[in-house]
Amino acid sequence: MSAARPGAEDFGAQLSFDRSAPGRRAVDVPAWGGEETPLPNAHLLRDSVRLPELSQGGLVRYYTALSARNYGIDSGTYPLGSCTMKYNPKVDDLVASLPGFATAHPQAPAEEAQGTLRILLELRRGLAEVTGLPEVSLAPAAGAQGELAGVLMITRALEDRGDLETRRRILVPDSAHGTNPATAAMAGFTVTQIPTAADGSLDRATIERELDETVAAVMVTIPNTLGLWEQGIEEVADLIHDAGAYLYGDGANLNAIMGRVRYGDLGFDVVHLNLHKSFSTPHGGGGPGAGPVACTEELAPYLPAPVVVEDGDGLVRFETPERSIGRLQQFHGNVGVLIRAYAYMRALGAEGLRAVSGQAVLNANYLRVLMHGHYDLPYDRPVLHEVVFSGTRQRREHGVRTYDIAKRLIDHGFHPPTVYFPLIVEEALMMEPTETEPPEAIEALAEAMIAIAAESAEDPETLHGAPWTAPIGRLDEAEAARRPVLRWQPADGE
Amino acid sequence: MSGDQVPEDLLYTSDHEWLRRDDASPDEATIGITDFAQDQLGDVVYLDLPGEGAEVTAADRFGEVESVKTVSDLYAPISGEVIAANGDLEEQPELVNDAPYGEGWLIRVRIADEAQLDGLLDADAYRAQLPAI
Repeated sequence: MSAARPGAEDFGAQLSFDRSAPGRRAVDVPAWGGEETPLPNAHLLRDSVRLPELSQGGLVRYYTALSARNYGIDSGTYPLGSCTMKYNPKVDDLVASLPGFATAHPQAPAEEAQGTLRILLELRRGLAEVTGLPEVSLAPAAGAQGELAGVLMITRALEDRGDLETRRRILVPDSAHGTNPATAAMAGFTVTQIPTAADGSLDRATIERELDETVAAVMVTIPNTLGLWEQGIEEVADLIHDAGAYLYGDGANLNAIMGRVRYGDLGFDVVHLNLHKSFSTPHGGGGPGAGPVACTEELAPYLPAPVVVEDGDGLVRFETPERSIGRLQQFHGNVGVLIRAYAYMRALGAEGLRAVSGQAVLNANYLRVLMHGHYDLPYDRPVLHEVVFSGTRQRREHGVRTYDIAKRLIDHGFHPPTVYFPLIVEEALMMEPTETEPPEAIEALAEAMIAIAAESAEDPETLHGAPWTAPIGRLDEAEAARRPVLRWQPADGE
Repeated sequence: MSGDQVPEDLLYTSDHEWLRRDDASPDEATIGITDFAQDQLGDVVYLDLPGEGAEVTAADRFGEVESVKTVSDLYAPISGEVIAANGDLEEQPELVNDAPYGEGWLIRVRIADEAQLDGLLDADAYRAQLPAI
């Protein structure tokens, strides 16, 4: 993992402060020869600011060394479950960086931004086709914001029906994304958790029992966080509608079903998509994303603003729907991400998107079969886009925790999987290879996981201290969270 | 601790909270999470506890505990008024891991309805419903 070659200096081994030498400068800033500043004295820096002193070459080597330590999807397999870390085609970046898009001003008059607006309009139509829901707003900047938009739309619809005061509960299965109950609570509803049935699917009996005139909506992540399809979701949708409630869909796992199943055809009223996941734009580390919401005609008047529309004379422009929940942020959403998603969708076409989901499912099942028997598989049946193993056997028999297994995978050259999620699986190891990993990469990943299972029996101490080959070893995460040091301090106490 | 300690003299909930009735003032009780709970959570890094004077309701959420692995709700074994929260946990949340039945206690409450104590589990009943780890 370490970037340094044998015998060569590792320029990233020290902080820039530690490489500092008095008098070195990356750039020469000329002395100020103008007038005195009118700012009051209290606002001026009187003492020199402690900045590291490096030459420009030294600074470039420092940052280049740091960048070489990064591990991303462009470096290798990244099976972080629930995150859909697929390879992002570079042509999408190229398209988004074309000057007409990259330099478009968000306040330009519609007449002067027809190119960008038409791309957004076509993306809107494409997402309507993919989801089977006719109306779409591209405004939400992330999945969680799309969820909040969807639940606020339901809130407003209930208000217009005169039902909002009685319908105060939202039902959420315990296999949902954690953002689902958080969203419901943030929108002011009480969350009723629905336990997962023994086969990993929705417990329909509990849903039927809970559905009454106090229920505003049911939020379903489909496929769920176990990577499993909800059999009979269409009948559940009917039950929900008969009870006067709405069915919200968390579409973050669209990668499993793209081009094959449509939320609208199943009876969902509103869904959000994570374009940065399924439609392949670089993501991770918190941004930027795009979480469009798609909905039925009934909910369309409540969509978040702005919504891109085409006038009768062919002019594309933004408008605010009649009973819109309002804006979620300034301007028009993360347009750079939206353009990448459009480029990805157009490059693949309907057949290509269908092939993506097929390969994603095949790859997850290949990994499931290769690792089968070496780790516990609490829901042992064919999966969709991801598979959730459990490290319970390694913990019980050898005192090795899932955390140790994940850290050891770094030594084997892979990014760790998602761990301890979903919460309903003990010692969870959640793996999503995505469609872009070739068979040999999935085989190598499985071999590494199997080798670690063997190590946990033979040499548990090696796992307890892992990673050993990364530039930085095992961190004390508990101490870092309990007593965080948020600022660099000079060692000499200057 | 090891995750399997269940002291005989406490009352328990199936949500892995414990309750100790105060010998000196029997209308007061101390509440914490069990050894099993702290072991499942892993290293505790933060607790959100109600302040003095707050009312807690039996079986309802009264706060949350955050570990390096997850964030979990805390559920009140009984109803009552909070008379103290463990202030030491602000600086030393690890007390919950090191001494879940001692210095790692969470809150003290004034018991609102003594009959609710009958609905709690004794040590044997709590032990019987723990999964084998």
